[in-house]
Amino acid sequence: MRKQLGAVWVIAEQTGGRLAEVSLELLGKARELAALGGGSHTSAVLMGSEIRHLSEELIACGADQVILIDDQRLELYQNDTYALVLEALINKHQPEIVLCSASYCGSELSATVAAKLETGLAAHCVDLHINNRGEFVQVVPAFGGMVLGDILCPKSRPQMASVKPGMFQKPDRDTTRTGKLIKETVAVLEGYKSPLKAVRVVQGQPSGLPLEEAETVVAGGWGVGADAWCYLEQMAEALEGAVGCNRPALDEGWAKGEHAMIGTSGKTIRPQVYIGFGVSGSAHHVVGMKDSGVVININKDPQAPVFQVSDYGVVADVKKFLPVLLEKIREQRGK
Amino acid sequence: MKIAVCIKPVPDPKHYDKITINSETKLLERQGIPMIINPVDKNAIEAALQLKEQLSGKVVLVSMAPPDARETLKGGLAMGADEAYLLSDRAFIGSDTLATARVLAAGLKKIGEFDLILTGSGSADSGTNHIPSQLGELMRFPHLNSLIELNLEISTLKMKTKIENGHLEYEGSLPMVVGVAREINNPRYTSLMGVVMAQNKPFITWGLSDLGLDSANTGLAGSPTQPGDLHLPRHGRKAEMLAGEPEDIAGKIVAILRTAGVLA
Ligand SMILES: Cc1cc2nc3c(=O)[nH]c(=O)nc-3n(C[C@H](O)[C@H](O)[C@H](O)COP(=O)(O)OP(=O)(O)OC[C@H]3O[C@@H](n4cnc5c(N)ncnc54)[C@H](O)[C@@H]3O)c2cc1C
Ligand SMILES: Nc1ncnc2c1ncn2[C@@H]1O[C@H](COP(=O)(O)O)[C@@H](O)[C@H]1O
Repeated sequence: MRKQLGAVWVIAEQTGGRLAEVSLELLGKARELAALGGGSHTSAVLMGSEIRHLSEELIACGADQVILIDDQRLELYQNDTYALVLEALINKHQPEIVLCSASYCGSELSATVAAKLETGLAAHCVDLHINNRGEFVQVVPAFGGMVLGDILCPKSRPQMASVKPGMFQKPDRDTTRTGKLIKETVAVLEGYKSPLKAVRVVQGQPSGLPLEEAETVVAGGWGVGADAWCYLEQMAEALEGAVGCNRPALDEGWAKGEHAMIGTSGKTIRPQVYIGFGVSGSAHHVVGMKDSGVVININKDPQAPVFQVSDYGVVADVKKFLPVLLEKIREQRGK
Repeated sequence: MKIAVCIKPVPDPKHYDKITINSETKLLERQGIPMIINPVDKNAIEAALQLKEQLSGKVVLVSMAPPDARETLKGGLAMGADEAYLLSDRAFIGSDTLATARVLAAGLKKIGEFDLILTGSGSADSGTNHIPSQLGELMRFPHLNSLIELNLEISTLKMKTKIENGHLEYEGSLPMVVGVAREINNPRYTSLMGVVMAQNKPFITWGLSDLGLDSANTGLAGSPTQPGDLHLPRHGRKAEMLAGEPEDIAGKIVAILRTAGVLA
């Protein structure tokens, strides 16, 4: 018989009292792993100041227990203080697996803690499972997502993994679930003088529908060009969707900001429909959209690699085709 | 001001579409892909050069890489860095981020004292974004990653780091390890003069024993994470090409959108 796995932890990420979606996505995966691991339990670690109320959401989304560290000194995320607290918690409770968000802060925090504990950390995992030998397998992308590799962490514990937002599906909330609340203190911070001072967080909510929540994403690449970009925006509006882009469109300033970028260094999306215009299909971009429902691409080059990840393809000049399609969509809406 | 910049030679990301897995050996095939300095590491070099111009001092490049990385690293000297250290040994092969950070930390400590250690925020090939934080821990320096601004005002470092939809502002003091994001600056172009001068700049290569490391702590043996099988992602779509007059194609797309339920 396989031996039972120890606890599976999710480090919950919150800013200003709001939980990041990725933490809930991770809880869904943590429960799956705990079940595969012979019925171990899942814990969410919640750090911050005045954030106790968030524990309910974590339990509803799959945490069997919430380890809460509610302290004023943790009001602003800072890698040194957060890492010290997390290291102490891990040493105390000895979880088997620790899942973190691969957000900017999550990547930094997980890497710092893994170094302190001298344990293994797999970054930006696209899949996590337990193999038939009972080992925790972490699948990571390399070369911008062209290749995937399995990573194992045979000796050191905990086994740590980070996952980008949008990679896993968010579990359904179940408000009838119950869980334990374990309060911990920050004894390690007594007398600690941080060499860093977090001054403030500046965070805006980008206008319009967030890319990852849109049912339809209209994505533009280098082929669109500055002048035709406005058609993408109008099309997204007509479809009540959002505009996505890739690196060149962002660098050129056609797209409105980094929150619109899809791919390795951007977002992972799975809309019902993805329509790409003048996108070549580079690995860096594809890794962020390949799980979309229906994929349609328009490119003037019949050999463009993007057609290999499309359900429907159109060989056309997007600059000419965009207005035609926009008109047809508007016509349909007007009906 | 003594500044170190950790740079990594990587296969040029423009060519990643050509990478495949050999079906027999199960190893990566990436022949013919040119090596370049990891793109964001050039931003780190640029940040170092700007500080040197502001405060005078020295910029040293450090890299753990195979011996043939020499020419690539010289590109960093051609940009204007003063010296390069290549940490190279068979015992380093297979290092994960923690083992890599150990080698880099040992190299940095042997070179001397530094006020600031810069890295890129992430590498293009493996791209873990771990090294700045892990190197910081091993050096016992405060550290931050993904800097979009770095200013030294008297003895205070004023920094901005990138987060989703915004940034964090920090203050700190030297010494530190910081990873920079591409937004921080625009790396300068290399001049012909720079290339010529790079030929005569100090270039030092050290191996395991020079660094006083134990092979049990480096390479595959010293890595807590171990690689397993490689796979190619399965996309498994076969595009049906829509043909006809633009009007007709647009009509077909509208029908597809309606079937998918995103257009009434
Ligand atoms: C470390 C690193 C990370 C990266 N991360 C990301 C990332 O997260 N997301 C991302 O998207 N990119 C990322 N990139 C960039 C990525 O590798 C590609 O360069 C980029 O995605 C390609 O964009 P593109 O398809 O628009 O441009 P191109 O490759 O230039 O292709 C343009 C396409 O448009 C077609 N075209 C041109 N004109 C027309 C026209 N008039 N009508 C129709 N078709 C036309 C062409 O046939 C071509 O297929 C990253 C790069 C690096 C180095
Ligand atoms: N082998 C290496 N030698 C020198 N610097 C490295 C090496 N690997 C990573 N780095 C540095 O660490 C940064 C982050 O890399 P990574 O953690 O691999 O994403 C890179 O941008 C480099 O500056």
